[in-house]
Amino acid sequence: MALRHQNKRPSRTVLVLLLLASFTLITLDVRGGDDSPIEPLRSAAGEVFGPVERGTAAVVRPFQAVPEFLRTTGDLRSDLERLEAENSALRGQLATTVVDRNRADELDGLLQSSRSTGYALVPARVIAIGPAQSFSATVTIDAGTSSGVRPDMTVLNNDGLVGRVLRADRGTATVLLVVDAESVVGGRLGSSMEVGFLRGRGIVGNEGSLDLDLVDNSVTPGKDDVLVTWGSKDGVPYVSGIPIGRVTSVYSSPRQLSKRAVIDPVVDFSALDLVGVVVDADAKSDRAVINADGLQAQQSGDTR
Amino acid sequence: MILLRVGVATTMISLAVVLQVAFFPYLAYDGVVPNLALLVVVAAALVRGPEFAAVLGFLAGLAVDLAPPADHVAGRWALALVVVGYLAGRVRNDARTSAVAAIVTVAASSFVGTSIFALSGLVLRDPAVPVAEALQVVPIAIVYDVLLTPFVLPLMMRLFHRLEPRRVAY
Repeated sequence: MALRHQNKRPSRTVLVLLLLASFTLITLDVRGGDDSPIEPLRSAAGEVFGPVERGTAAVVRPFQAVPEFLRTTGDLRSDLERLEAENSALRGQLATTVVDRNRADELDGLLQSSRSTGYALVPARVIAIGPAQSFSATVTIDAGTSSGVRPDMTVLNNDGLVGRVLRADRGTATVLLVVDAESVVGGRLGSSMEVGFLRGRGIVGNEGSLDLDLVDNSVTPGKDDVLVTWGSKDGVPYVSGIPIGRVTSVYSSPRQLSKRAVIDPVVDFSALDLVGVVVDADAKSDRAVINADGLQAQQSGDTR
Repeated sequence: MILLRVGVATTMISLAVVLQVAFFPYLAYDGVVPNLALLVVVAAALVRGPEFAAVLGFLAGLAVDLAPPADHVAGRWALALVVVGYLAGRVRNDARTSAVAAIVTVAASSFVGTSIFALSGLVLRDPAVPVAEALQVVPIAIVYDVLLTPFVLPLMMRLFHRLEPRRVAY
Protein backbone atom coordinates (compact mmCIF):
# COMPACT_ATOMS: atom_id res chain seq x y z
CA MET A 1 0.00 0.00 0.00
CA ALA A 2 2.72 2.43 0.99
CA LEU A 3 4.55 1.90 -2.25
CA ARG A 4 1.63 2.90 -4.41
CA HIS A 5 2.08 5.96 -6.51
CA GLN A 6 -0.62 7.98 -8.13
CA ASN A 7 0.45 7.78 -11.74
CA LYS A 8 2.11 4.44 -11.95
CA ARG A 9 0.83 2.02 -14.54
CA PRO A 10 -1.59 -0.42 -12.94
CA SER A 11 -0.10 -3.84 -12.51
CA ARG A 12 -1.33 -6.44 -14.91
CA THR A 13 -0.60 -9.24 -12.46
CA VAL A 14 -3.71 -8.62 -10.42
CA LEU A 15 -5.89 -8.55 -13.51
CA VAL A 16 -4.37 -11.70 -14.96
CA LEU A 17 -4.68 -13.53 -11.63
CA LEU A 18 -8.33 -12.56 -11.24
CA LEU A 19 -9.16 -13.48 -14.83
CA LEU A 20 -7.48 -16.85 -14.32
CA ALA A 21 -9.45 -17.32 -11.12
CA SER A 22 -12.69 -16.55 -12.98
CA PHE A 23 -11.86 -18.97 -15.77
CA THR A 24 -10.94 -21.63 -13.22
CA LEU A 25 -14.29 -21.18 -11.50
CA ILE A 26 -16.16 -21.39 -14.78
CA THR A 27 -14.24 -24.49 -15.86
CA LEU A 28 -14.74 -26.21 -12.50
CA ASP A 29 -18.46 -25.49 -12.60
CA VAL A 30 -18.98 -26.50 -16.23
CA ARG A 31 -16.90 -29.69 -16.04
CA GLY A 32 -18.34 -30.69 -12.69
CA GLY A 33 -21.91 -30.75 -13.96
CA ASP A 34 -24.41 -31.59 -11.24
CA ASP A 35 -21.90 -32.47 -8.54
CA SER A 36 -19.47 -29.66 -9.28
CA PRO A 37 -17.13 -28.48 -6.52
CA ILE A 38 -18.93 -25.10 -6.66
CA GLU A 39 -22.15 -26.65 -5.35
CA PRO A 40 -21.11 -26.51 -1.64
CA LEU A 41 -20.13 -22.86 -2.14
CA ARG A 42 -23.50 -22.22 -3.70
CA SER A 43 -25.42 -23.75 -0.82
CA ALA A 44 -23.22 -21.86 1.65
CA ALA A 45 -24.11 -18.65 -0.17
CA GLY A 46 -27.73 -19.74 -0.06
CA GLU A 47 -27.57 -20.22 3.71
CA VAL A 48 -26.13 -16.73 4.10
CA PHE A 49 -28.08 -14.77 1.50
CA GLY A 50 -31.35 -16.69 1.84
CA PRO A 51 -32.34 -15.27 5.25
CA VAL A 52 -31.22 -11.77 4.18
CA GLU A 53 -33.32 -11.98 1.02
CA ARG A 54 -36.23 -13.25 3.09
CA GLY A 55 -35.91 -10.29 5.46
CA THR A 56 -35.65 -7.80 2.61
CA ALA A 57 -38.68 -9.30 0.92
CA ALA A 58 -40.65 -8.99 4.16
CA VAL A 59 -39.75 -5.29 4.38
CA VAL A 60 -40.44 -4.58 0.72
CA ARG A 61 -43.66 -6.57 0.39
CA PRO A 62 -46.07 -3.97 1.90
CA PHE A 63 -44.93 -1.38 -0.64
CA GLN A 64 -45.50 -3.80 -3.47
CA ALA A 65 -49.23 -3.54 -2.71
CA VAL A 66 -49.39 0.24 -3.21
CA PRO A 67 -49.90 0.30 -7.02
CA GLU A 68 -52.29 -2.62 -6.71
CA PHE A 69 -54.34 -0.67 -4.23
CA LEU A 70 -54.48 2.39 -6.48
CA ARG A 71 -55.55 0.28 -9.40
CA THR A 72 -58.48 -1.29 -7.61
CA THR A 73 -59.70 1.90 -5.95
CA GLY A 74 -61.74 2.86 -9.01
CA ASP A 75 -63.50 -0.47 -9.07
CA LEU A 76 -64.19 -0.35 -5.40
CA ARG A 77 -65.50 3.19 -5.31
CA SER A 78 -69.14 2.35 -5.95
CA ASP A 79 -68.95 -0.38 -3.37
CA LEU A 80 -67.29 1.97 -0.95
CA GLU A 81 -70.02 4.58 -1.17
CA ARG A 82 -72.63 2.06 -0.19
CA LEU A 83 -70.44 0.72 2.55
CA GLU A 84 -69.74 4.19 3.85
CA ALA A 85 -73.40 4.63 4.57
CA GLU A 86 -73.44 1.39 6.47
CA ASN A 87 -70.16 1.56 8.22
CA SER A 88 -67.54 4.22 7.70
CA ALA A 89 -64.96 2.21 9.56
CA LEU A 90 -65.06 -0.43 6.87
CA ARG A 91 -63.54 1.95 4.37
CA GLY A 92 -60.29 2.28 6.25
CA GLN A 93 -60.17 -1.42 6.77
CA LEU A 94 -60.68 -2.08 3.09
CA ALA A 95 -57.59 -0.07 2.22
CA THR A 96 -55.35 -2.28 4.27
CA THR A 97 -56.96 -5.60 3.55
CA VAL A 98 -56.71 -5.58 -0.23
CA VAL A 99 -53.41 -7.39 -0.12
CA ASP A 100 -54.43 -9.76 2.62
CA ARG A 101 -57.56 -10.62 0.73
CA ASN A 102 -55.64 -11.28 -2.46
CA ARG A 103 -53.34 -13.51 -0.53
CA ALA A 104 -56.23 -15.32 1.11
CA ASP A 105 -57.71 -15.85 -2.34
CA GLU A 106 -54.41 -17.28 -3.51
CA LEU A 107 -54.25 -19.61 -0.53
CA ASP A 108 -57.84 -20.61 -1.25
CA GLY A 109 -56.86 -21.32 -4.81
CA LEU A 110 -53.91 -23.38 -3.63
CA LEU A 111 -56.25 -25.35 -1.37
CA GLN A 112 -58.52 -25.86 -4.35
CA SER A 113 -55.72 -27.07 -6.57
CA SER A 114 -54.52 -29.42 -3.87
CA ARG A 115 -58.05 -30.77 -3.61
CA SER A 116 -58.47 -31.15 -7.37
CA THR A 117 -55.07 -32.68 -8.03
CA GLY A 118 -54.78 -34.69 -4.85
CA TYR A 119 -51.21 -33.61 -4.19
CA ALA A 120 -49.92 -32.42 -0.83
CA LEU A 121 -48.47 -28.91 -1.08
CA VAL A 122 -46.06 -26.93 1.06
CA PRO A 123 -47.05 -23.27 0.72
CA ALA A 124 -44.20 -20.82 0.09
CA ARG A 125 -43.67 -17.22 -0.94
CA VAL A 126 -41.42 -15.88 -3.69
CA ILE A 127 -38.78 -13.71 -2.00
CA ALA A 128 -36.27 -13.00 -4.76
CA ILE A 129 -36.34 -12.96 -8.54
CA GLY A 130 -33.30 -13.40 -10.78
CA PRO A 131 -32.50 -10.40 -13.03
CA ALA A 132 -33.05 -10.63 -16.77
CA GLN A 133 -29.39 -9.69 -17.25
CA SER A 134 -28.49 -13.17 -16.02
CA PHE A 135 -30.69 -14.69 -18.76
CA SER A 136 -32.12 -17.36 -16.49
CA ALA A 137 -35.64 -17.39 -15.11
CA THR A 138 -35.18 -18.44 -11.50
CA VAL A 139 -36.77 -17.34 -8.24
CA THR A 140 -36.07 -17.96 -4.57
CA ILE A 141 -38.87 -19.20 -2.33
CA ASP A 142 -38.94 -19.02 1.46
CA ALA A 143 -39.33 -22.75 2.08
CA GLY A 144 -36.33 -25.06 2.25
CA THR A 145 -35.28 -28.47 3.46
CA SER A 146 -36.68 -27.74 6.93
CA SER A 147 -40.13 -27.50 5.33
CA GLY A 148 -39.67 -30.73 3.42
CA VAL A 149 -38.65 -29.15 0.11
CA ARG A 150 -36.03 -31.07 -1.87
CA PRO A 151 -34.51 -30.66 -5.32
CA ASP A 152 -36.59 -31.84 -8.30
CA MET A 153 -39.96 -31.21 -6.72
CA THR A 154 -42.79 -29.67 -8.70
CA VAL A 155 -43.78 -26.09 -7.92
CA LEU A 156 -47.24 -24.80 -8.83
CA ASN A 157 -49.62 -22.06 -7.87
CA ASN A 158 -53.38 -21.73 -8.06
CA ASP A 159 -53.21 -21.19 -11.83
CA GLY A 160 -50.93 -23.99 -12.86
CA LEU A 161 -47.34 -25.15 -13.23
CA VAL A 162 -44.63 -22.74 -12.06
CA GLY A 163 -41.47 -24.83 -12.31
CA ARG A 164 -39.29 -27.20 -10.36
CA VAL A 165 -36.96 -26.93 -7.40
CA LEU A 166 -33.31 -26.78 -8.46
CA ARG A 167 -31.68 -26.78 -5.05
CA ALA A 168 -32.87 -26.37 -1.51
CA ASP A 169 -31.09 -24.86 1.47
CA ARG A 170 -32.33 -24.96 5.03
CA GLY A 171 -34.71 -22.02 4.79
CA THR A 172 -34.88 -21.20 1.09
CA ALA A 173 -34.99 -22.96 -2.25
CA THR A 174 -34.23 -21.96 -5.84
CA VAL A 175 -36.94 -22.65 -8.39
CA LEU A 176 -36.38 -22.93 -12.14
CA LEU A 177 -39.42 -21.44 -13.89
CA VAL A 178 -40.84 -23.30 -16.89
CA VAL A 179 -40.24 -20.20 -19.07
CA ASP A 180 -36.45 -20.52 -18.54
CA ALA A 181 -34.54 -21.34 -21.71
CA GLU A 182 -33.10 -24.48 -20.08
CA SER A 183 -36.41 -25.81 -18.85
CA VAL A 184 -37.98 -28.74 -20.68
CA VAL A 185 -41.34 -30.07 -19.52
CA GLY A 186 -43.24 -33.04 -20.86
CA GLY A 187 -46.71 -31.86 -21.79
CA ARG A 188 -49.92 -33.53 -22.90
CA LEU A 189 -52.55 -31.91 -25.11
CA GLY A 190 -55.86 -31.93 -23.32
CA SER A 191 -57.97 -32.68 -26.40
CA SER A 192 -55.98 -35.43 -28.12
CA MET A 193 -53.81 -36.72 -25.23
CA GLU A 194 -50.81 -36.34 -27.55
CA VAL A 195 -47.51 -35.77 -25.79
CA GLY A 196 -44.77 -33.29 -26.57
CA PHE A 197 -41.97 -31.26 -25.07
CA LEU A 198 -42.29 -27.70 -23.88
CA ARG A 199 -39.29 -25.45 -23.95
CA GLY A 200 -39.07 -22.03 -22.37
CA ARG A 201 -37.78 -18.99 -24.20
CA GLY A 202 -36.12 -17.32 -21.26
CA ILE A 203 -38.52 -14.36 -21.23
CA VAL A 204 -40.38 -13.79 -17.98
CA GLY A 205 -42.50 -10.75 -18.86
CA ASN A 206 -45.92 -10.57 -20.43
CA GLU A 207 -44.76 -12.00 -23.73
CA GLY A 208 -43.18 -14.97 -21.93
CA SER A 209 -44.28 -18.06 -23.79
CA LEU A 210 -43.30 -21.68 -24.35
CA ASP A 211 -42.58 -23.64 -27.50
CA LEU A 212 -44.21 -27.04 -27.93
CA ASP A 213 -42.65 -29.81 -30.01
CA LEU A 214 -45.03 -32.70 -30.48
CA VAL A 215 -43.67 -36.22 -30.61
CA ASP A 216 -46.19 -37.28 -33.27
CA ASN A 217 -45.77 -34.87 -36.15
CA SER A 218 -49.06 -35.74 -37.80
CA VAL A 219 -51.03 -34.10 -35.01
CA THR A 220 -52.03 -30.47 -35.30
CA PRO A 221 -52.80 -28.87 -31.98
CA GLY A 222 -55.91 -26.71 -32.03
CA LYS A 223 -55.99 -23.13 -30.86
CA ASP A 224 -56.86 -22.72 -27.17
CA ASP A 225 -56.07 -26.36 -26.57
CA VAL A 226 -55.05 -26.86 -22.93
CA LEU A 227 -51.72 -28.44 -22.04
CA VAL A 228 -51.19 -30.36 -18.82
CA THR A 229 -48.02 -31.94 -17.48
CA TRP A 230 -47.35 -35.42 -18.71
CA GLY A 231 -45.61 -36.44 -15.50
CA SER A 232 -42.50 -38.50 -14.89
CA LYS A 233 -41.67 -41.56 -12.84
CA ASP A 234 -42.47 -40.98 -9.16
CA GLY A 235 -43.40 -37.39 -9.95
CA VAL A 236 -39.75 -36.33 -10.31
CA PRO A 237 -39.28 -33.61 -11.37
CA TYR A 238 -42.85 -32.99 -12.56
CA VAL A 239 -46.04 -34.57 -11.31
CA SER A 240 -48.75 -35.21 -13.88
CA GLY A 241 -51.99 -33.41 -14.61
CA ILE A 242 -50.97 -29.84 -13.75
CA PRO A 243 -52.19 -27.24 -16.27
CA ILE A 244 -49.33 -25.46 -18.05
CA GLY A 245 -50.91 -23.22 -20.68
CA ARG A 246 -53.00 -22.80 -23.81
CA VAL A 247 -52.04 -23.05 -27.46
CA THR A 248 -52.00 -19.58 -29.02
CA SER A 249 -50.62 -20.31 -32.48
CA VAL A 250 -49.38 -23.25 -34.51
CA TYR A 251 -46.83 -23.14 -37.27
CA SER A 252 -44.87 -25.63 -39.27
CA SER A 253 -41.65 -25.04 -41.09
CA PRO A 254 -40.75 -26.91 -44.28
CA ARG A 255 -37.36 -27.77 -42.84
CA GLN A 256 -38.75 -29.47 -39.79
CA LEU A 257 -41.17 -32.34 -39.98
CA SER A 258 -42.84 -31.75 -36.65
CA LYS A 259 -45.26 -28.92 -36.03
CA ARG A 260 -44.47 -26.32 -33.47
CA ALA A 261 -46.97 -24.56 -31.29
CA VAL A 262 -46.61 -21.51 -29.11
CA ILE A 263 -48.05 -21.90 -25.63
CA ASP A 264 -49.21 -19.06 -23.43
CA PRO A 265 -48.59 -20.16 -19.83
CA VAL A 266 -51.53 -19.91 -17.44
CA VAL A 267 -49.25 -18.63 -14.68
CA ASP A 268 -48.38 -14.93 -14.67
CA PHE A 269 -44.65 -15.20 -14.03
CA SER A 270 -44.12 -11.49 -13.54
CA ALA A 271 -46.52 -11.46 -10.59
CA LEU A 272 -45.57 -14.65 -8.77
CA ASP A 273 -46.21 -14.57 -5.05
CA LEU A 274 -47.70 -17.57 -3.28
CA VAL A 275 -46.68 -20.94 -4.67
CA GLY A 276 -47.00 -24.53 -3.52
CA VAL A 277 -44.33 -27.23 -3.63
CA VAL A 278 -45.63 -30.74 -4.22
CA VAL A 279 -44.36 -33.00 -1.44
CA ASP A 280 -45.14 -36.53 -0.33
CA ALA A 281 -48.38 -36.70 1.64
CA ASP A 282 -46.49 -37.86 4.74
CA ALA A 283 -43.59 -35.43 4.36
CA LYS A 284 -41.99 -33.97 7.48
CA SER A 285 -42.42 -30.23 7.44
CA ASP A 286 -42.14 -27.39 9.91
CA ARG A 287 -45.15 -25.65 8.40
CA ALA A 288 -48.69 -26.70 7.70
CA VAL A 289 -48.94 -28.88 4.62
CA ILE A 290 -51.97 -28.37 2.39
CA ASN A 291 -53.50 -31.76 1.76
CA ALA A 292 -56.39 -32.86 -0.35
CA ASP A 293 -58.49 -32.89 2.82
CA GLY A 294 -57.44 -29.43 3.95
CA LEU A 295 -54.71 -28.01 6.13
CA GLN A 296 -52.83 -30.46 8.22
CA ALA A 297 -50.46 -29.79 11.07
CA GLN A 298 -47.66 -32.18 10.31
CA GLN A 299 -45.53 -32.07 13.40
CA SER A 300 -48.10 -33.09 15.97
CA GLY A 301 -49.64 -35.44 13.48
CA ASP A 302 -53.25 -34.45 14.27
CA THR A 303 -55.61 -34.05 11.35
CA ARG A 304 -58.30 -31.43 11.29
CA MET B 1 -9.06 0.45 9.74
CA ILE B 2 -8.42 -2.39 7.32
CA LEU B 3 -11.10 -4.44 9.05
CA LEU B 4 -13.53 -1.56 8.72
CA ARG B 5 -12.72 -1.22 5.03
CA VAL B 6 -13.25 -4.91 4.38
CA GLY B 7 -16.44 -4.84 6.42
CA VAL B 8 -17.89 -1.86 4.56
CA ALA B 9 -16.98 -3.32 1.17
CA THR B 10 -18.56 -6.67 2.10
CA THR B 11 -21.70 -4.95 3.36
CA MET B 12 -21.99 -2.88 0.19
CA ILE B 13 -21.63 -5.90 -2.06
CA SER B 14 -24.13 -7.96 -0.06
CA LEU B 15 -26.61 -5.09 0.05
CA ALA B 16 -26.28 -4.57 -3.70
CA VAL B 17 -26.77 -8.27 -4.45
CA VAL B 18 -29.76 -8.63 -2.12
CA LEU B 19 -31.52 -5.48 -3.33
CA GLN B 20 -30.94 -6.57 -6.89
CA VAL B 21 -32.93 -9.79 -6.42
CA ALA B 22 -35.32 -8.99 -3.57
CA PHE B 23 -36.30 -5.35 -4.06
CA PHE B 24 -35.72 -4.18 -7.63
CA PRO B 25 -37.76 -6.94 -9.33
CA TYR B 26 -40.80 -4.90 -8.28
CA LEU B 27 -39.43 -1.99 -10.31
CA ALA B 28 -38.08 -4.13 -13.12
CA TYR B 29 -38.60 -3.22 -16.74
CA ASP B 30 -39.06 -6.38 -18.77
CA GLY B 31 -37.34 -8.30 -16.01
CA VAL B 32 -34.24 -6.13 -16.21
CA VAL B 33 -33.12 -4.62 -12.91
CA PRO B 34 -30.33 -2.10 -12.31
CA ASN B 35 -27.02 -3.83 -11.82
CA LEU B 36 -26.13 -2.47 -8.40
CA ALA B 37 -23.10 -4.71 -7.99
CA LEU B 38 -21.67 -3.21 -11.18
CA LEU B 39 -22.29 0.32 -9.87
CA VAL B 40 -20.41 -0.53 -6.66
CA VAL B 41 -17.48 -1.79 -8.71
CA VAL B 42 -17.46 1.29 -10.95
CA ALA B 43 -17.59 3.59 -7.93
CA ALA B 44 -14.64 1.73 -6.42
CA ALA B 45 -12.77 1.96 -9.72
CA LEU B 46 -13.25 5.72 -9.98
CA VAL B 47 -12.02 6.28 -6.44
CA ARG B 48 -9.44 3.61 -5.88
CA GLY B 49 -8.17 2.54 -9.28
CA PRO B 50 -8.03 -0.64 -11.33
CA GLU B 51 -6.39 -3.14 -8.95
CA PHE B 52 -8.72 -2.53 -6.06
CA ALA B 53 -11.76 -2.44 -8.35
CA ALA B 54 -10.76 -5.67 -10.11
CA VAL B 55 -10.49 -7.47 -6.76
CA LEU B 56 -13.78 -5.99 -5.59
CA GLY B 57 -15.31 -6.88 -8.94
CA PHE B 58 -14.25 -10.49 -8.54
CA LEU B 59 -15.82 -10.69 -5.08
CA ALA B 60 -19.00 -8.89 -6.14
CA GLY B 61 -19.31 -11.10 -9.21
CA LEU B 62 -18.83 -14.18 -7.09
CA ALA B 63 -21.63 -13.03 -4.79
CA VAL B 64 -23.97 -12.48 -7.76
CA ASP B 65 -22.97 -15.89 -9.14
CA LEU B 66 -23.59 -17.80 -5.93
CA ALA B 67 -26.44 -16.04 -4.12
CA PRO B 68 -29.83 -17.60 -4.77
CA PRO B 69 -31.70 -17.59 -7.15
CA ALA B 70 -28.66 -17.57 -9.47
CA ASP B 71 -28.34 -20.73 -11.51
CA HIS B 72 -25.82 -19.92 -14.21
CA VAL B 73 -22.27 -21.28 -14.29
CA ALA B 74 -20.39 -19.72 -11.37
CA GLY B 75 -17.62 -17.30 -12.29
CA ARG B 76 -19.33 -15.62 -15.24
CA TRP B 77 -20.32 -12.43 -13.43
CA ALA B 78 -16.98 -12.55 -11.61
CA LEU B 79 -15.20 -12.51 -14.96
CA ALA B 80 -17.40 -9.69 -16.27
CA LEU B 81 -16.97 -7.51 -13.21
CA VAL B 82 -13.19 -8.04 -13.01
CA VAL B 83 -12.91 -6.65 -16.53
CA VAL B 84 -15.35 -3.83 -15.73
CA GLY B 85 -13.43 -2.85 -12.60
CA TYR B 86 -10.12 -2.88 -14.41
CA LEU B 87 -11.32 -0.89 -17.42
CA ALA B 88 -13.21 1.68 -15.36
CA GLY B 89 -10.12 2.06 -13.18
CA ARG B 90 -7.94 2.70 -16.21
CA VAL B 91 -10.08 5.60 -17.40
CA ARG B 92 -10.73 7.08 -13.98
CA ASN B 93 -8.59 10.17 -14.45
CA ASP B 94 -10.80 11.18 -17.37
CA ALA B 95 -14.01 9.86 -15.85
CA ARG B 96 -13.68 11.98 -12.74
CA THR B 97 -13.49 15.27 -14.64
CA SER B 98 -17.25 15.75 -15.02
CA ALA B 99 -20.60 14.17 -14.20
CA VAL B 100 -21.21 13.42 -17.87
CA ALA B 101 -17.90 11.59 -18.11
CA ALA B 102 -18.83 9.52 -15.06
CA ILE B 103 -22.20 8.64 -16.59
CA VAL B 104 -20.55 7.67 -19.87
CA THR B 105 -18.18 5.46 -17.87
CA VAL B 106 -21.14 3.77 -16.17
CA ALA B 107 -22.89 3.24 -19.51
CA ALA B 108 -19.74 1.78 -21.06
CA SER B 109 -19.13 -0.41 -18.01
CA SER B 110 -22.70 -1.65 -18.08
CA PHE B 111 -22.38 -2.44 -21.78
CA VAL B 112 -19.08 -4.26 -21.30
CA GLY B 113 -20.25 -6.15 -18.20
CA THR B 114 -23.60 -7.32 -19.57
CA SER B 115 -22.04 -8.18 -22.92
CA ILE B 116 -19.23 -10.24 -21.38
CA PHE B 117 -21.78 -12.10 -19.31
CA ALA B 118 -24.00 -12.71 -22.34
CA LEU B 119 -21.07 -13.73 -24.55
CA SER B 120 -19.70 -16.14 -21.96
CA GLY B 121 -23.18 -17.65 -21.90
CA LEU B 122 -23.14 -18.06 -25.67
CA VAL B 123 -19.75 -19.75 -25.53
CA LEU B 124 -20.77 -22.10 -22.72
CA ARG B 125 -24.33 -22.49 -24.03
CA ASP B 126 -25.56 -21.70 -20.53
CA PRO B 127 -28.42 -20.88 -20.85
CA ALA B 128 -29.04 -21.26 -24.56
CA VAL B 129 -30.45 -17.77 -25.08
CA PRO B 130 -30.70 -16.54 -28.67
CA VAL B 131 -28.44 -13.61 -29.57
CA ALA B 132 -31.41 -11.43 -30.56
CA GLU B 133 -32.81 -11.65 -27.07
CA ALA B 134 -29.48 -10.92 -25.47
CA LEU B 135 -29.28 -7.81 -27.60
CA GLN B 136 -32.69 -6.71 -26.31
CA VAL B 137 -31.63 -6.91 -22.69
CA VAL B 138 -28.31 -5.05 -23.01
CA PRO B 139 -29.67 -1.57 -23.94
CA ILE B 140 -32.37 -1.71 -21.26
CA ALA B 141 -29.75 -2.68 -18.71
CA ILE B 142 -27.55 0.26 -19.75
CA VAL B 143 -30.43 2.76 -19.52
CA TYR B 144 -31.47 1.48 -16.11
CA ASP B 145 -27.90 1.60 -14.77
CA VAL B 146 -27.47 5.15 -16.06
CA LEU B 147 -30.80 6.20 -14.53
CA LEU B 148 -29.70 4.97 -11.15
CA THR B 149 -26.21 6.43 -11.38
CA PRO B 150 -26.99 9.96 -10.05
CA PHE B 151 -28.56 8.44 -6.93
CA VAL B 152 -26.09 5.69 -6.20
CA LEU B 153 -22.69 6.54 -7.63
CA PRO B 154 -21.90 9.79 -5.73
CA LEU B 155 -22.96 8.16 -2.48
CA MET B 156 -20.76 5.13 -2.98
CA MET B 157 -17.83 7.19 -4.26
CA ARG B 158 -17.99 9.33 -1.13
CA LEU B 159 -18.00 6.20 1.00
CA PHE B 160 -14.98 4.75 -0.80
CA HIS B 161 -13.27 8.14 -0.50
CA ARG B 162 -13.65 8.22 3.25
CA LEU B 163 -12.27 4.71 3.54
CA GLU B 164 -9.30 5.44 1.29
CA PRO B 165 -5.91 5.11 2.97
CA ARG B 166 -4.35 8.55 3.47
CA ARG B 167 -1.91 9.72 0.84
CA VAL B 168 0.75 12.31 1.17
CA ALA B 169 -0.28 14.40 -1.79
CA TYR B 170 -3.31 14.16 -3.97
